[in-house]
Order: sequence, then C-alpha cells, then structure tokens
Amino acid sequence: MTKWAKRLVPGCALAFLLPAAQAVEFNQVQIPKSSLAFVSKQMNVPVEGQFKSFRSKIAFDPAKPAAAKAELEIDMASIDAGSKDANDEVATKAWFNTQAFPTARFVASSVKALGGNRYEVAGKMSIKGTTRDLATPVTVRLDGGSAIIDGSLVIKRADYAIGDGMWADFSVVANEIQIKFHLVATASPAAAK
Amino acid sequence: MRINPDHPHRVDNGYTGIAISLHWLIALAIVGSFSLGLYMHELPLSPQKLKLYSWHKWAGVTIFLFVALRLGWRLFHRPPELPATMPDWQRKVAAATHVLLYVLMFAVPLSGWLMSSAKGFQTVWFGVLPLPDFLNKSETLGDTLQQVHMLLNFSMAALVLAHVGAALKHYFIDRDDILRRMIPLLGKRQTSGVVK
Ligand code: HEM
Repeated sequence: MTKWAKRLVPGCALAFLLPAAQAVEFNQVQIPKSSLAFVSKQMNVPVEGQFKSFRSKIAFDPAKPAAAKAELEIDMASIDAGSKDANDEVATKAWFNTQAFPTARFVASSVKALGGNRYEVAGKMSIKGTTRDLATPVTVRLDGGSAIIDGSLVIKRADYAIGDGMWADFSVVANEIQIKFHLVATASPAAAK
Repeated sequence: MRINPDHPHRVDNGYTGIAISLHWLIALAIVGSFSLGLYMHELPLSPQKLKLYSWHKWAGVTIFLFVALRLGWRLFHRPPELPATMPDWQRKVAAATHVLLYVLMFAVPLSGWLMSSAKGFQTVWFGVLPLPDFLNKSETLGDTLQQVHMLLNFSMAALVLAHVGAALKHYFIDRDDILRRMIPLLGKRQTSGVVK
C-alpha cells in the first residue's frame, strides 16, 4: 500500500463508495458502440463484412483479469457480407445454414494477462453446430468510465464447415477469415466493488 | 511507296506492325470481355461466377493499358491516307467513329473499375496488384455506375458493328485497301508500295 492509500484507510467507508480504478468491474457492454466485423478474401480481394446484431456479457476487473468472464452471442441473420447477393448466399445450407443455426456463440473459459494492456482470451466457439477451442489476443484500454476491448483473430471457415460443397475451393474464397471485434463496456454502478 | 511530303522519312501507306498488332489484340480482347460480361452477369452466384468476374476485371485493366499504349503510339504515327475515292463525309464519319472508339475504349474499363469500387469490391489486378478505390462503397452509386457501364458497352458494341460493317463495305463494295491494310495477310490490291 502506498502512503497515500494508508492515509485513506481510516476513511474506508468512503473508499467503498467511490469505485477506485483497480476495483471496477466492467460488465455493461454498450452494443451500439461495439462492432463485430470480418474480412474475407475473394479471389484475393479483401471483402469487409459485419454482424449487426449480437449480445455480449462481460465481467472484467482489471485487477483480477483471471476471474474475467466473457460471452458473445451473434445473430447470424444480421450478417452484412458485402452485398445483397452475398447475404442471401451465406444464409444457405452450404454456409451458415442460418435457419437451422440462427446464432453463433463464444464462451470464454480463461483469461490470461500477457502484460501491459494485453490479454489472451481462450474459450469455445460454436458456429453451425460445431464447437471448437479458440484463443484470441485482446487489448483493453480504459477510457473514462469504459473499458474498450479490441481483438483480431483469424479463423478457418472449413473448421466450422462454413462454405462447403462447391465453395470448399479456397482459391476463390479463402479459408482464412479475419475477425475484428470492438467492445465497449462500462461499469454498472451497482456492481462496482 | 508513297512519301508523305511533310515527313519524307515516313512510309505513309500502311499501318505499322505495332498498330496492326495492337488493333487486333485489343479487338479480340474487347469482343471476348464484352461477351464474358454479358454471360457472367446471368449466372447464379457460384465460385465460377466470382472467378469470371475477376477475370473480366483483370481483362478490363489489361485492355485499358494496351489502349493507352496504342494511343501513345498513335500520337506519333499518323494513320495512312484514305483512298482519294472516299467522299468527304465518309472521311469525317470514319474519323469521328475512330475518336469515339478511342474514348469508349478508355471509358468502358474506367466505368467498370469505378463501379467495382462503389459496389465495395476492390479491383486486384491478376489477384496481385490492388488498384486504388477512388469511390466509397455506395449501393445507389454502384447501381448507377452499372447502368453507365452497360450503356457505354452497348454504345461501343453499336459503333463496333458500324465499324466492321464499314470495313466490309470497303473490302467488298468499294474494293479499296482499307481492310487490307489492317489485315496484311489479305495482300495488297495494288502492287505499288511496300507494307512496312
Ligand atoms: C473484328 C472486327 C474489326 C474489324 C474488321 C476492324 C477493322 C478495322 C480496319 C480495317 C481499320 C483501319 C481503318 C483505316 O485504315 O482507316 C480499323 C481501325 C480502327 N479500329 Fe477496327 N476493326 C475491328 C474491331 C475493332 C474494335 C473491337 C475496336 C475497338 C473498340 C476497333 C477500333 C478501331 C480504331 C480506334 C481504329 C482506328 C485506328 C487509327 O487509325 O488510329 N476496331 N479497324
């Protein structure tokens, strides 16, 4: 404890009322400020897309990263794959089979601090009925009352049978899909410890 | 051999081999990409369709570059004189058609490239060299440019048909050297002059 903190100890009642930076749990994901985007490559041309509707539950205390929790649920029908034709196409059985599998989920099982503001989040990703282990680097920036969480990872679409049949030809649509997520979470006053 | 009085060093009665090669190379490429464009547009979405779209774009960029080369060559090599028998109005129509064809040979690939940008698909030449996107993605602009690209193409097709018709008329009816000098294989009608 610093001298400064020692002096504050007598006033610990006050300390409990004011959420100190080290003891804030960020757990309110601000969906309108967040985004979930991806880049696929068609004939080596990067094509950007995004999911417009998703939900996320996060509980992140920068002082206790290992205890952090994170969940993401994505509405597959909300995809914007770059064009109307593409949106219709990726809803079909060969791609996401959106009718049978309307949502995709990621549930984090561990969060490791990598030093600085970098973390590694590992968990299970379920898309189209297939669940696989997934790990992604994440950076967290604290800005005012929010935690800004950014990450980028590459998944292989074949791992989840996304685009099989005639689309399995990676020379047209590459196997690697880059995912970029940007989540903004604030601390709910009630949950601040 | 007819000598151009203004440029006595220039052989003035034939297209150069470069001009002829570029004419036919570009003509073939344009007819091919035009047909490909019509065909691919009708296909249902498939990997094959995406491939054909890319090939069409690569061909368009390539044609654009060859046309630039051709125009550069043309600026320093005047085409041969037209036969003296050709009436003035025909000379004017021929000259105007050629200018318009040059304009369209640039405008068609340009409109395709801009359309692709507006539709949110960058053009990556042969899958290797990314061209810049001068337009941001916009559905309405993309649709407008698609109309423009089609209109320019059909205008070019109409002009090419007239152009081919004229060439055939020169060959079969006027029986002059106009088609022959663009197709040296046909040989020369008159024995004067040397094809360069
Ligand atoms: C397969 C059909 C074609 C035939 C039979 C043909 C025939 C000819 C002939 C005979 C000439 C020489 C005219 C002269 O001596 O003054 C010529 C010139 C020309 N052709 Fe074609 N052509 C064809 C396709 C095309 C296409 C597809 C284009 C481009 C869209 C094109 C663009 C031109 C231009 C711009 C010139 C003028 C060249 C110059 O003097 O700078 N042609 N063509």
